[in-house]
Amino acid sequence: MSDITAASRHLRAKAEQISDPLPDLLAKADQLARTLMMGGHGRRRAGNGSEFWQYRPAEAGDPARSIDWRRSGQSDGFFVREQEWQAAQSVHLWCDQSASMQFSSLKDHTTKRDRAGLLTMALSILLMNGGERVTLDALGIPPRSGTQQLRRIAQALCAPQNEEHGRPDAAPYLPKARSVMMSDFLGPLDGVEAAVALASERGIRGVLFQVLDPAEETFPYQGRTVFTSMGGGVSHETLRAGDLKARYLERLAARKDALQNLARHAGWQFTSHHTDTPARVGLLWLFQALEGGAH
Amino acid sequence: MWTIGPIGFAAPWLLWALVVLPLLWLLLRAVPPAPKRLRFAGVALLLGLNDTDAQAARTPWWVMLLRMGAVAMLILAFSGPVLNPRAESDDTGPLIVMADGTWADAPIWSAQISRIDDILERAERRGRLVAFVVATDVLAGGLHFKPARDWRETLTGATPAAYAPNGADLAQAITALDRDANTIWLSSGVDFDGRKDVLAALEAKGRVSILELKRPIFALGPVSRTQQGVSTVVHRIGGLDAVEIAVSALGPDPSGVERVLGQTSLTVDVGETVVNIALRTELRNRVTRFEIENIRSAAAVQLVADRLKRPEVALIAGANEDSSVDLLSHLHYLRAAFGGISDVIEGEFGDLIAANPDVIVLADVARLAGGEAAALLDWTTKGGLLLRFAGPKLAASNVARDGVDPLLPVRLRAGGRTIGGAMSWGAPKGLRPFAETSPFYGLEVPSDVSVSAQVMAQPDPELATRVIATLVDGTPLVTRKPVGQGQVVLFHVTANAQWSTLPLSGVFVSMLQRLTAVSNNHGGDADDVSGQTLSPIAVLDGFGQVQDAGLQTSVAGDVFATARASKATPAGIYQAVQRAVALNVFTASDRLEPALWPASVQMLGSQDTDEVAMKPVFLSAALLALALDLLATLMVTGRVVFGRTAGGLAGGLIVAIGLMAPQNTRAQDDPDAFLRVASSELTLAYVLTGDEEVDAISRQGLLGLSQTLALRTSVEPSAPMGVDVETDPLGVFPILYWPMTPSQKALSAESYAKLNAYMRSGGMIFFDTRDGDISQFGRETPLGVKLRDIAYALDVPPLEPVPQDHVLTRTFYLLQGFPGRYVGADIWVQKSATSAQEIKGMPFRDLNDNVSPVIIGANDWASAWAVTDDGRALRPVGRGYGGERQREMAYRFGVNLILYVLTGSYKSDQVHVPALLERLGE
Repeated sequence: MSDITAASRHLRAKAEQISDPLPDLLAKADQLARTLMMGGHGRRRAGNGSEFWQYRPAEAGDPARSIDWRRSGQSDGFFVREQEWQAAQSVHLWCDQSASMQFSSLKDHTTKRDRAGLLTMALSILLMNGGERVTLDALGIPPRSGTQQLRRIAQALCAPQNEEHGRPDAAPYLPKARSVMMSDFLGPLDGVEAAVALASERGIRGVLFQVLDPAEETFPYQGRTVFTSMGGGVSHETLRAGDLKARYLERLAARKDALQNLARHAGWQFTSHHTDTPARVGLLWLFQALEGGAH
Repeated sequence: MWTIGPIGFAAPWLLWALVVLPLLWLLLRAVPPAPKRLRFAGVALLLGLNDTDAQAARTPWWVMLLRMGAVAMLILAFSGPVLNPRAESDDTGPLIVMADGTWADAPIWSAQISRIDDILERAERRGRLVAFVVATDVLAGGLHFKPARDWRETLTGATPAAYAPNGADLAQAITALDRDANTIWLSSGVDFDGRKDVLAALEAKGRVSILELKRPIFALGPVSRTQQGVSTVVHRIGGLDAVEIAVSALGPDPSGVERVLGQTSLTVDVGETVVNIALRTELRNRVTRFEIENIRSAAAVQLVADRLKRPEVALIAGANEDSSVDLLSHLHYLRAAFGGISDVIEGEFGDLIAANPDVIVLADVARLAGGEAAALLDWTTKGGLLLRFAGPKLAASNVARDGVDPLLPVRLRAGGRTIGGAMSWGAPKGLRPFAETSPFYGLEVPSDVSVSAQVMAQPDPELATRVIATLVDGTPLVTRKPVGQGQVVLFHVTANAQWSTLPLSGVFVSMLQRLTAVSNNHGGDADDVSGQTLSPIAVLDGFGQVQDAGLQTSVAGDVFATARASKATPAGIYQAVQRAVALNVFTASDRLEPALWPASVQMLGSQDTDEVAMKPVFLSAALLALALDLLATLMVTGRVVFGRTAGGLAGGLIVAIGLMAPQNTRAQDDPDAFLRVASSELTLAYVLTGDEEVDAISRQGLLGLSQTLALRTSVEPSAPMGVDVETDPLGVFPILYWPMTPSQKALSAESYAKLNAYMRSGGMIFFDTRDGDISQFGRETPLGVKLRDIAYALDVPPLEPVPQDHVLTRTFYLLQGFPGRYVGADIWVQKSATSAQEIKGMPFRDLNDNVSPVIIGANDWASAWAVTDDGRALRPVGRGYGGERQREMAYRFGVNLILYVLTGSYKSDQVHVPALLERLGE
């Protein structure tokens, strides 16, 4: 009896602990998503859809029931009414939740993961509102839309991973889908390169979105220091951290260049986003990048 | 003790630790600062980046230096460094310790005593036999050696004398010592007769070391009278800088209380400086002594006794139709006669009697107005000398015909007589030599004095005793009658040359002199006292305080004439037959001579004998170095970035150091600002005594009381203020808390006037002698005496211990005791109206009197009230819970006191009796 109550209490405490950040994330993401006005999202060509696209003269092979008699009555020919093609897009989101993303130097302790999660969530809401199907790599299910999917994404975003750096996997991506890869890209790049190559082979276009902490951009450290990676696996000792700054920044710029190149070759887009800038800026860029990619 | 230069070390072996310092250098140098550990996501980018500068692995040299310095300071601090260490001699033989003990030592006497105690203590540690002697006080038994401990016990009784040592006696006593000994001589720095002999005697016994403090020594020369006041000379030796001093003339005011009658400030350099003090005649007559303020030395005091006194003579003449002609004026000869020996004033009767002269001369005045006669009689009874001259008016009037007039010594016959005129027989009569009982006895009667007219005395049984001068035929010429303490003297002739040639002769002046007194400006001459015996009435101690003479033996006049201040003839005031004469420490022939020592004696560095323990200095330096090292380390390791945190830290350090610096809380340069601050809120005030500790306690005490008042009552005083009664306005304060300290200075006359005005206009002064632990049972304490000194000129009403039913016992709390830090000493308030009767059934009398202008107590309330700025009690009261209870009662008394000051006798109002009765449970 007591075992059961204790177990249920434990279960419940854990459930609360897990679900606790969820509403917060959802609310924040929802709020962030609302800041972007929804624009038209048609495919700009005739297809299945509810919106009117154009009248065209009937051709041979058009079934008789497709003729728009009201339009045809105004003239001698037969016209067919075409609707705009409004096929839903599939979007694959990869949000790096590895230990590396836990870093924060800000006073409000906003980690890179927080920011990436927030952006991912907001983007999901936006896309779903636009009628797209979305999935998160971590979920391991094909893209879907609907609140249930949103909840799943949110849940997955709240579960941190322990490995040092994340690695996207483009294997399950649907052809012609869209992809958003969000990470600090400070780990080994080969995984990312492989994933991008695989995705672009399948005609997937997408975005590399780098989230960085301001401390990673400025390297404000002095004196004798032992730097340890967030997972604790790697460490580097220096006697005068100030000396390393220039060389570190060089390396960081090189890393960004590499990512930029990778994106350009694959026809993707790349940007760096800093956790001390408003999330809306990042979201706007992401949304426009995806919109632009729709053409 | 091991010394380097001026610094000695108590534990020099600890200095060996300094050898370790280089080792420490190597150790510290080898160990780089500990790394900080940081999480950083971009480590991957850092991998493989090597440090360019290998030097950084070691601590920077300047941090090293700082640390080494700190360690060195610590080592030095614990090795007991002492600046100017006393050279400890290894001598264990007998020792002579001699102090001059003259008036020149008096200003630094306590320091001398502690110095002697030091020397004796060291002698005691070494087990040396000591012969201790104060040069001015050689005992009859001579000198002898005793263990140092015995001398230390008697040390507190030693006092400086108001005279120089007797060199001959001293040298003899030293020579009579039974063994050789080295000497430490604490010289005052002033030479005295026979000092060389004493030194020779000491050197015959052993090595002589002289301990002499280089400091200014002052002496006040004799006072002489000048046109504007008085003049004297300030002598000074020693010291370098010119010193600002004030010379005061002190004497009783009309109510008999001693106060400063005149004062001059001047800058005195080494040598002699002439001082002039402006004094009006009345004031000059009252001066009893002059002194250099704040120099506690007998030589800084000049007693004047009666020397400056001149009788004040008021001249009044009847209306005289011939007064336009000088030689016929009644007053002309009197003016001439009195002019040289006394101060003559003339004017309306009312003005003159108000001036309270010593002598009033009525020249041919027959009748006075009723009020005038009464006033004159009253003045005479109190000791005035009424000198009357006859004349046509007196002869024509019928004054004293039928009975003795109180203002005339004898009855007069009608008409008088004329001798040797055209219508009478006989020649003008001369004077008969003065009888032995006459005050004129001894004056030579000139043969050319003749009397041609006079008023006649009625024969009377008492006449014979009242006559003090007669004509050759035996008729009274001058008669005298005592009235109360004074006397009435009648010259039976006119004051001009109409009736006699007496006013033209020299004997007239002598007679007036004899009559009017007592002293004149030649009074200080020594031959005046020859043949008399002088008994001391007051003596001067070495500190310049006037003491009662007690059982001091009298001195023969001949001895006195040549006497210097000595043990047998102490400086002081002596009573001769008719007047008081003063024997001063410093006479006209004296000069201040510095004591010069031959090269054979060892001069001990008296000026820098003060050992200064350097340990705190070194420890502070070490601490400071470590604090800097902390900052530096933080900076080197990059834990703080200079300019932000470090700036803050450095700022904090500076502020902390600033806080440690002593602060002067008194900033009241602008009197308006002072008034504004004091009057913007109700402010409790305390009198600044000059004793920093007492002032601080007063302030914190009133602060505690103010807080208590604000908590418990609707009285919410602002921060208490210190008040200098000499300079600050008082009117804005409801109460002045005035703690007594032994060092308080006497106030100036203006301050007393200000305080009296303050008390009259509703202010209250709360005196606290702070000695309730010893002042009970009516014992006289030093602070009590001080209070009496200070309050003597205050307009204090009659006092009584607080009666049980005083309003003070129930203005806020119902109290029966008034404890402060001490319990039980009475507190005194204005005596309540005696008319108030206790009504049966009422617990207290109906006393609707004023707020007492003064409350005097001894319980040291400020200490009981005192709190620190954060509200903790500053001084312990009593013991444990009982003590806290006592403190609470002290606060309650304070609350009652302030409410009493603010609401007066409101609570005495009968309206409240029922409610109070209810609360009393009756």
